[in-house]
Amino acid sequence: MKIKKNIALSDSGFVFDPATGDSFTTNPIGLEIIKMLKDGKTLSEIKSAILKKYLTDEATFEKDNYDFMNMLSKHRLTVDNEKEKN
Amino acid sequence: MTTKKLQYERPVIQKLNTGVMNKFGTKTEYKPVTHIDDNSVKDLIEKFGSPLFVISEKSIRDTYHNANRAFKNRYPKVQFAWSYKTNYVNAVCNVFHQEGSWAEVVSGFEYNKALQNGVPGNKIIFNGPDKSEAELTLAINNDSLIHIDHLDELYLIKEIANQSKKRPRVAIRVNMDTGVYPMWDRFGFNYENGQAWDAINKIMLNDKMDLVGLHSHIGTFMLAPSAYGIAAAKLSDLAIAIKKKYKKNIQYIDMGGGFASKNTLKGSYLQGVDTSPTFDQFAEAITTSILNAGFTENELPLLILETGRALIDDAGYLLGTVISNKRLSDGRRATIMDFGVNILFTSFWYDHKISPAQEFGQYTEDAVLYGPLCMNIDVIRENITLPPLMRNDHVVVHTVGAYNMTQWMQFISLRPAIVMIDTKNIPHIIRNRETLNSIQGDEVMPKHLKDFKL
Repeated sequence: MKIKKNIALSDSGFVFDPATGDSFTTNPIGLEIIKMLKDGKTLSEIKSAILKKYLTDEATFEKDNYDFMNMLSKHRLTVDNEKEKN
Repeated sequence: MTTKKLQYERPVIQKLNTGVMNKFGTKTEYKPVTHIDDNSVKDLIEKFGSPLFVISEKSIRDTYHNANRAFKNRYPKVQFAWSYKTNYVNAVCNVFHQEGSWAEVVSGFEYNKALQNGVPGNKIIFNGPDKSEAELTLAINNDSLIHIDHLDELYLIKEIANQSKKRPRVAIRVNMDTGVYPMWDRFGFNYENGQAWDAINKIMLNDKMDLVGLHSHIGTFMLAPSAYGIAAAKLSDLAIAIKKKYKKNIQYIDMGGGFASKNTLKGSYLQGVDTSPTFDQFAEAITTSILNAGFTENELPLLILETGRALIDDAGYLLGTVISNKRLSDGRRATIMDFGVNILFTSFWYDHKISPAQEFGQYTEDAVLYGPLCMNIDVIRENITLPPLMRNDHVVVHTVGAYNMTQWMQFISLRPAIVMIDTKNIPHIIRNRETLNSIQGDEVMPKHLKDFKL
């Protein structure tokens, strides 16, 4: 899954999509995941990074991240849903 | 060297709708409630299981003292009678009885419960439309206060009185227009069309029973104290008319119950804590009407109050646990709890305040809160804003003391335990969690159905 290239992120968790004008708010862990997606990290790499840093287990994170990815897609923040021109 | 891992929180992202009305409402409850009367929610659940009803004895007594003060500061003769149907767990009833409340019951079952709790028969008020001949006979023999609901009951009491050495002490329930909608006219005798006065005359002209009181119960979750003022004025008018015609003083006026609690009704724009009248407001409306009605000082009737909901709702909590989170087809978060409408009956008409029972970050999600039943109607909150809850997290549902522990249903799953935390903050189990035998104990299997082969 890839995040749209032109998505703007702030350190406080504010997410802005200049193409639609939509803005979002995400929590710190959500921001980290979006940043990793922007950096081209794979889901497997993201999972390893989160499990290394946070007190959680693999199954919990997999379930939560599955939901989070679906929400990114639903909000049209990923290129899977809305292909960028050119 | 190992680095300490950070506390995990589920990743969430929410679209911002600046300037647009949000149907989930404003921020409601972002503070965790980790303890109830110094007992940690986690410990209570570990010890007594989840879900779990918890009742604060201190809260009951504090609320009772507040209500009692509001009325006794304004009127010389006040008596509360605990409304059994609101919560008839014996330990709860006995807290009220220790505080001086009589018992107000609406069935033979409740009547016998009050007797078994040790309430003297002459301090039991027997309301309700369904009283059998045997129950009425018992109540007459115990000198209880019988509030007559309809003419058939009046004639039945006459018949019993004719064969009894006891004189029944009766009151009539009066329904009336108090300016609120819907008007409750199914119970008792109507004031405006003269039925109440007719019933009074029938009783006064009977030499086998004593009319000792007048009763009304104008509605439920009443938000208008002025309606009670009107009801008290109309009952006082009847009492004064009786005095004028029969030269007899009515001993008491019973204003029933119906005071709103601090819960928030579904569809209400403002929170219940901001809109529900105080005991002082109800007391002011009622006592002013009676004091201004024209009674002489010595003739002032005893004022009886059958307040239930407003006295117990705040003292009750329901502790529960998250079973799962899921995402609905429209993108809404759905959280499934281990308690549903089967035990939280009042979620049909309240937007209960629900607090997480553990620390969390500042981020929240809009969610639907479902119960565990395999039934589509099992919705605890249609819209609620909560921090990201995880499986096995706990929540505290507030203001559940009224009606849930009497109207709960044994449906699909067994009913949970009830714990009362005493005034020294020690928890006591006051009703055990049900077992399979609690339900099957009374079932009878015909012999020909005992065996089968599959």
